Amino acid sequence: MNTVYDLKREVEKPNRLTGGHRLCAGCGAGIVVSGVLRALEENDRAVITNATCCLEVSSFMYPYTAYTDSFIHSAFENSAATCSGVEAAYNVLKRKGKVDGTVKFITFAGDGGTYDIGFQSLSGAMERGHDMVYVCYDNEAYMNTGIQRSSSTPQFARTTTTAVGSARQGKLQCKKDMTEILAAHNIPYAAQTAPFGNLRDLHTKAHKAIYTQGPCFLNVLSPCPRGWDYPMEKLHEIIKLAVDTCVWPLYEVEEGQWRLSYTPKKKLPVEDFLRAQGRFSHMFQKGNEWMIENAQRYVDEKWERLLERTGG
Amino acid sequence: MISCLSGNEAVAYAMKQINPDVFGAFPITPSTEIPEYFAKFVANGEVDTEYVTVESEHSSMSVCIAAEAAGARAVSATSSCGLALMYELLYVAASNRLPITLACVNRALSGPININNDHSDSMGARDAGWIQMYAENNQEAYDNFIMAMPVGESVRLPVMSCMDGFITSHAVENIELLETNAVRGFVGEYSPENYLLKKENPLAIGPYDISAYYMEHKVQQARAMMAAKARILEVAAEFEKISGRRYGLIEEYRMEGAELALVLIGSSAGTAKAAVDDLRAKGVKAGLIKVRVFRPFPGEELAKALSKVKAVAVLDKSEAFSANGGPLFAETRSALYDSENAPKLINIVYGLGGRDFKTEDVEKVYARLAEIAKTGKIGQVYTHLGQRERGDAQ
Repeated sequence: MNTVYDLKREVEKPNRLTGGHRLCAGCGAGIVVSGVLRALEENDRAVITNATCCLEVSSFMYPYTAYTDSFIHSAFENSAATCSGVEAAYNVLKRKGKVDGTVKFITFAGDGGTYDIGFQSLSGAMERGHDMVYVCYDNEAYMNTGIQRSSSTPQFARTTTTAVGSARQGKLQCKKDMTEILAAHNIPYAAQTAPFGNLRDLHTKAHKAIYTQGPCFLNVLSPCPRGWDYPMEKLHEIIKLAVDTCVWPLYEVEEGQWRLSYTPKKKLPVEDFLRAQGRFSHMFQKGNEWMIENAQRYVDEKWERLLERTGG
Repeated sequence: MISCLSGNEAVAYAMKQINPDVFGAFPITPSTEIPEYFAKFVANGEVDTEYVTVESEHSSMSVCIAAEAAGARAVSATSSCGLALMYELLYVAASNRLPITLACVNRALSGPININNDHSDSMGARDAGWIQMYAENNQEAYDNFIMAMPVGESVRLPVMSCMDGFITSHAVENIELLETNAVRGFVGEYSPENYLLKKENPLAIGPYDISAYYMEHKVQQARAMMAAKARILEVAAEFEKISGRRYGLIEEYRMEGAELALVLIGSSAGTAKAAVDDLRAKGVKAGLIKVRVFRPFPGEELAKALSKVKAVAVLDKSEAFSANGGPLFAETRSALYDSENAPKLINIVYGLGGRDFKTEDVEKVYARLAEIAKTGKIGQVYTHLGQRERGDAQ
């Protein structure tokens, strides 16, 4: 691999997630998947695993697949176990001389399939130490079924199961910190990233995850125009706000070493991120100022803790 | 080679002889011994298998599905709630046409929790698209497991090789083992046409299948199950050549001239055969039919075998809560619908959660059949056997 990242060179590679898939305009998932797969060395093969999710139903509708690599989807909650099964088969078939060449194993799942229903399967696969990369494209709710809250949904967000009314307004609980939980599995590499800027952070982390022996985890922020309620052309702006407000810090944990990947030049108020999305609009109503204060306090505390851990 | 093995040990030994590529392993009573025995083979370097010790049966089946899709031969073992946890994936395995072999050691389903034998686990999965074979004893458990792969891999359907928990899985019996080379030769190499790891042709498995295609895929699956019947018999004929043991879809026991017959599954057949011998010695024209293969269901064979019988009791070792009889009864009665002289038919649900089933019980059933044959009156079609009733001595 050429160690100097060059966006132009990267995007000129043949796309391993081809056009024609049915993801929404302004959806982060397609950019995340393309970005991760671009980190594969061109001559290496991959088997992609997918949990049931928007991405799956949009990228492999019979008889068309958007992937140039082999692909398997089996169910919602088992993508990590599925990936580990393919990897196990590869190990034995390689030993027996039935398969040659390098094959990499990459799973994509949404936050529902990762933080919630697929959590057990993921934890098991990471503990067993399969040589695989698990990528969560985190859009912070069950989007495929129509925007229901998950344990990744941030506090106060409106979803179809955390409605905004006179008695309750949005989600009561805070977002689960999945990257920390995965880091606690003591896997060789866990990182939090986003398709941010020139995609260098996503690319570098994906490459590291794919070419690090053992189980690796990438948590990638992946905004959803339908669920987050923003105009589709604002995708990049929303991601930038998430990163610059420290709502979604970019960092990595490599062999137990925590490292911050990006420090905003000016840490923006969380309000800027919230205001850009309809799912938080009720937080700006009169009398709800406390919600914004809470959200800011929560982000600040998490950010401080991360700075301590990363020695920043 | 005669050995003295439990059913679990016999199946684990069959697995060792087959030397599968991947084993998705998770413990549950009473199948736990199978992965335990296999772990020793792994530890001793006696197999080449990737032994994946997952965190649930949901994941063991997921691993098997993925491994089989990737081009490997995958096996697993489970019981009861373990099979229930796999439920969703049993359908995925079958619809993706992945010939996984699963040892199902039959145990009652919760609740209440109970670790003993009945068939509620695998009967609950009867419509999942898996071939289901049931063993009467340890020998059959061993033999069925070896026959499962050549059957499943040629029709591209997964196979559930079932035996009764504890009664078969833990009881030690003399059985005749085949030489490992004979087993490997019989089972052969697994070489699917398309698989995930095939370099020349990447493959996508598990699509979102819209209405324009789903029906065709289901019909193909249904046709594969229909084709499995002939294939099971072909494989059995090949197996007879190397083992001297003959297997059919059903086994007819003393059915020549039989007027009264039982239809049942699994280890209870052994008990019932002993009772049939006693009754025959007393001049009662009793016989029985053991259903070895439940999926595909041998409807025509059963109808033919029962064509000259006057009264039949179908014994179900699972309660389907249909309020209309158990699953074996429903299938058997349906199979007899087109018969000219269909026998009188009753259904008895017995042996749930390991409730004993003795020769005396069998004799009571035949006595009831004799009365039905004599009077032509069936009485209550669907009853239970062996339970205490209010007012009975405790």
